[in-house]
Amino acid sequence: MTYFFQQSLNALQLGSIYALIALGYTMVYGILTMINFAHGDLFMVGAFFTFIAAVLLGLPFVPTLLVSMIGVALLGVLIERVAYRPLRNAPRVSAVITALGVGLFLENFTLVFYPYPQHIPQLIQNTTWNIAGVSISSLQIIIILLSVGMMIMLDLIVRKTMVGMAMRAISWDKAIIPLMGVPLNLIVSATFALGTGLGAAAGTMYALAFPVIDPYMGILIGWKAFISAVVGGIGNIRGAMIGGFILGTVEIMVAAFLPSTYRDFVAFALLLVLLIFRPYGILGKPRPQKV
Amino acid sequence: MIMDNTPSSTSTPVSKGHALLERWKMRWDRIANNRKIFPIVLAVGFILSILVPKFGLVNEYVQLVIIYIGINIILTTSLNLINGYMGEFSVGHAGFMAVGAYVSAIFTTKLLPENLEAIYFPLVVLAGGIGAALIGLLVSVPSFKTRGDYLAIVTLAFNMIVKSVIENIEVIGGPRGIPGIAKLTTLPWTFFWTVLAILVIRNFVYSNYGRGVQAIREDEIASDLMGVNTNRVKLLAFTLSSFFAGVAGALFAHVLQFISPKVFDIIKSTDVLIMVYLGGIGSITGSILGATVYTVLLEVLRPFGMWRMVLMPLMLVLLMIFRPRGIMGLREFRWLIPGFDLYALKYWRAKKEVSHGTPAS
Repeated sequence: MTYFFQQSLNALQLGSIYALIALGYTMVYGILTMINFAHGDLFMVGAFFTFIAAVLLGLPFVPTLLVSMIGVALLGVLIERVAYRPLRNAPRVSAVITALGVGLFLENFTLVFYPYPQHIPQLIQNTTWNIAGVSISSLQIIIILLSVGMMIMLDLIVRKTMVGMAMRAISWDKAIIPLMGVPLNLIVSATFALGTGLGAAAGTMYALAFPVIDPYMGILIGWKAFISAVVGGIGNIRGAMIGGFILGTVEIMVAAFLPSTYRDFVAFALLLVLLIFRPYGILGKPRPQKV
Repeated sequence: MIMDNTPSSTSTPVSKGHALLERWKMRWDRIANNRKIFPIVLAVGFILSILVPKFGLVNEYVQLVIIYIGINIILTTSLNLINGYMGEFSVGHAGFMAVGAYVSAIFTTKLLPENLEAIYFPLVVLAGGIGAALIGLLVSVPSFKTRGDYLAIVTLAFNMIVKSVIENIEVIGGPRGIPGIAKLTTLPWTFFWTVLAILVIRNFVYSNYGRGVQAIREDEIASDLMGVNTNRVKLLAFTLSSFFAGVAGALFAHVLQFISPKVFDIIKSTDVLIMVYLGGIGSITGSILGATVYTVLLEVLRPFGMWRMVLMPLMLVLLMIFRPRGIMGLREFRWLIPGFDLYALKYWRAKKEVSHGTPAS
């Protein structure tokens, strides 16, 4: 039983990281109906900004997190401005392929400067408590609390502020709402800044929890976060959070109770089963097809 | 690429350069309109593919690149059937490739005696294709209900499941893969399978089922109402596409001579996707060009070292921004369009010019 609780804690940690990345996918999809496949690589860039801030500049944890989040948010806005905006009225797949190209660019650009995996130092004094046989590290607690806090903040921003209202309005109808005086480009930029900033925060936390980073780490984690976004119902913010925690739990539990090489297999098979019963994700609503 | 066949003699040439351009355009038109050249080109290509390795007309490296171009053309054309003609977004093509590669590699390394490998090679490739087609049949079932991004996830998950399953079967090497596969993929065989893939997919696309596939892209519900058996059409398209992906995988395994699950991960699928959209959706000519341009560019940029993979995506993004439909999006070279379609297109164009009202597409 203690083993189970121990693994649940790990699952919460991994799940909160997946959920933070999935939020970026789902927010961009909600507004532009475009899958930003470069998002996983922005997560990776966030981890490398953490490395730069922590090792080269020698900053402590909180400034490092801020540097990484703000840097990647600016990068995300820049990418949207340069690469995605010209394609807003192009066929949807062109934008998707552009996003794949941007992702490849980020990976290989980072690879030129850091061809070898880098090690992240311990930024937080890591104390471990032992409660009824379950060892809880301060790092785990900080990661879980910080990401849950960020998710609550995001939920509040989207639900209570004017920017959030504009985001929801644009995801409702992209053609009419700008006519009501909502600045479309500004809101899209804000969405990218928020989404990629959260992705960067996930990158920082991931780098602290699993302290070896390399330029290709964003691919698999990015795809998995995308899967969590779809499991929750893509375009739905709360769905993305739930999906992230589900995927994290499934992965950790499979690795804990079955041979760890089965992890991907069971996780994706479960995903397929889920999509058979709920083809539009857990919280997603089917969009009616018009003829 | 379907250019109007207006006689250029009526237009008065403005300058010498213009006249030269007109003359070249006329020559090009004459070649493109003459379908009898097509079989001759194929025959010459096949003979060349036998002669080139025999007499060493080009060096080994160039031959290898040509083989990779052929394999990539098969992959791209077959994925274009799903992503371009049917309008779905399949991101797991490397999964089918893996099945084909593993089935064929098991045949040549484990089951067949060594002296018979070369003779049975076409059958081995066929077996790889059939193995992948059976899996494709399975994957097509979720496509009956789920669409769009959710189907993309299904294919993505399928890719990862295939990789994971292979990693967990010790008999076929698990994560270490299968080393020491004989190099059986030769230039003539690559040429043969490439041409076969192009012709079969071209014929399928312009058959009744193929029209159904394109109807699904335009509007699934409407095509269903008009009597297209969408499930059956999807099943056929997926099976055919995965068959050729398996063939490409089998050829790939026997030129690389070493396969492991890592080779067939999501990055490989992304490569094929890029080739499809680079060339342009819904166009076999586009797939051929896309695969060729991508493969050759990667080789040409090799002197740039690490910057090669930085330049390549940059070019892709620029191409997408300035030409969102790829090189050939939804257009086709005249040799690949059936005579009747060409006639109908010409008729439509003429009608459009007269009335100026009804849109042509």
